[in-house]
Amino acid sequence: MPNMLLDFEKPLAELETKIDELIKFSKDKGIDLSEEIKTLQAKAETLKRDIYGNLSPWQRITIARHPERPGTVDYIKMLFEGFMEMHGDRHFGDDPAIIGGIAKFYGEPVTVIGHVKGKDTKENIARNFGYAHPEGYRKALRLMEQAEKFGRPVLTFVDTPGAYCGIGAEERGQAWAIAENLTRMSKIHVPVIATVIGEGGSGGALAIAVGDYILMLENAVYAISTPETFASILWKDSSKAQDAAAIMKMTARDLEELQVIDEIIPEPLGGAQKNPQEAARTLGKSLQKALNSLKKLPPEKLLEKRYEKFRSIGQFISG
Amino acid sequence: MLKDLFRKPKYVTVHADTVKKDIPEGLWQKCPTCNEILYSKELEKTLKTCNKCGYHFRMSARERINITVDEGSFLELEADLASANPLGFVDYPDKIAKAQEATHIKDAIVIGEAAIGGNPVVIGVMDANFVMGSMGSVVGEKVTRAIEKAIEKRVPLIIFSASGGARMQEGIVSLMQMAKTCGALAKLNEAGLLYITVLTDPTTGGVTASFASMGDVALAEPGALIGFTGSRVIEQTIKQKLPDGFQTAEFLLNHGFVDMVIPRQQLRSTLEALLELHSTGGTENA
Ligand SMILES: [Zn+2]
Repeated sequence: MPNMLLDFEKPLAELETKIDELIKFSKDKGIDLSEEIKTLQAKAETLKRDIYGNLSPWQRITIARHPERPGTVDYIKMLFEGFMEMHGDRHFGDDPAIIGGIAKFYGEPVTVIGHVKGKDTKENIARNFGYAHPEGYRKALRLMEQAEKFGRPVLTFVDTPGAYCGIGAEERGQAWAIAENLTRMSKIHVPVIATVIGEGGSGGALAIAVGDYILMLENAVYAISTPETFASILWKDSSKAQDAAAIMKMTARDLEELQVIDEIIPEPLGGAQKNPQEAARTLGKSLQKALNSLKKLPPEKLLEKRYEKFRSIGQFISG
Repeated sequence: MLKDLFRKPKYVTVHADTVKKDIPEGLWQKCPTCNEILYSKELEKTLKTCNKCGYHFRMSARERINITVDEGSFLELEADLASANPLGFVDYPDKIAKAQEATHIKDAIVIGEAAIGGNPVVIGVMDANFVMGSMGSVVGEKVTRAIEKAIEKRVPLIIFSASGGARMQEGIVSLMQMAKTCGALAKLNEAGLLYITVLTDPTTGGVTASFASMGDVALAEPGALIGFTGSRVIEQTIKQKLPDGFQTAEFLLNHGFVDMVIPRQQLRSTLEALLELHSTGGTENA
């Protein structure tokens, strides 16, 4: 089934349709159009490289938010065996915007945690579009502490526009839940690997991403807020989101330069939704490699390096 | 949106004829809740609170330090640390320069060593007058260095927060300061040292969601706005009006997120008593 097309992909899709028609026409009528077809195919190839090779940050955001883009649930299915989902924060409830549980990764038990936005409107609503409540972050922390107790590595998948803004979230201490995770995660003495698979927005993303190694898919974005919120705070105009995206340094390459992430995972041309299996295979290999190298470190060394990783982020001038 | 949190108390918007003619402008302020005209000298005596309704005016970092620590005990640290421009954001250096000129501080927090009632402490005080007290690299670094200094000296840490959250102009780098400061606090916890957080008006966003909420003891000033998301954004999200008193210090006390709401006049003595109770130190647990 073809993917839902994003605006900037449409010229390419039109050209490809034209080529298909021409091939069919030439076959049906027995006319040799191979020269014309070849020319158009070359043109399509150039256009493809042009479009996908020069994606603007905003175009990447539309890919990162693509409704068919593989999410945490898909990667769990494609990369792990026997996932058993665990529920609840033991204080208030179970937040469907974050799922977590135990599964095998290349034969070894690991704890997997990730945001889930949902695949259709009904699931989007049930999962609150991946905007987690305090109980979601507290569930995540509970599962990380459980992993620590049993010496299991923790793999997290980040895909959220941000932490939820609402009355209940405030009443139950949204800020406290996030701060608690940031503090505790710096001391979880098993390897923690975070992967930004789609949108990484604000403290809601960071709350499950304080790790030893941070991976990011090529078209994923990670920022202080969504570009809409950024524009609305700084310019009081959320419709300037595209301008915000252009300057926020939220793409994988920008973040690698800023040393916020450690590795960029290449995606199939046009985005992970074009070939989820391929995307998962590439990610799986990098995860395995990262995990193997982290497992070699004694816990003290692991924590020391994790601390240093975040300790060193910041740019300032000393008088 | 966040700017609305920072509406200053109106200084000179009252018609001059409502004020005694012989009092020059700037020597009085109007209480934003009860409209009482308050003279600067009186305000100084009441530690910038309204003597009619108890409203707590915001304080600069310097004012706060002056009323909190033992006279002559404050030794400022890292005073020269100043902002760079990690995103290359167009107006940012200019904004910082103007804020520095207006506030006479280099960024939104002042840190240092001091004594309170003879008890040595490391203290950090945020200043909401500096780019809304937002946290970028400098605030994150100074909070972290304050924590490290407390660990090095084995003394309690006190931080007064006043902030609109993470500084948007430094983007993801600001966000990462949340993990950085919390990581340092985890070390402080292992060292068994006391951390008192004093939440003042306003404390929101990434500062609430990091170091400001992690105190062993959490104090708040009456009426202070404290929360994660600004109320305007919440109202836009849920499309309904928020109840009165939402996200105030008293609301947080009721919901179990602060230990005590302390009027400014009693804050110093409360800190002194807490420091005294912890003077034998905690247990190291590395
Ligand atoms: Zn008043």
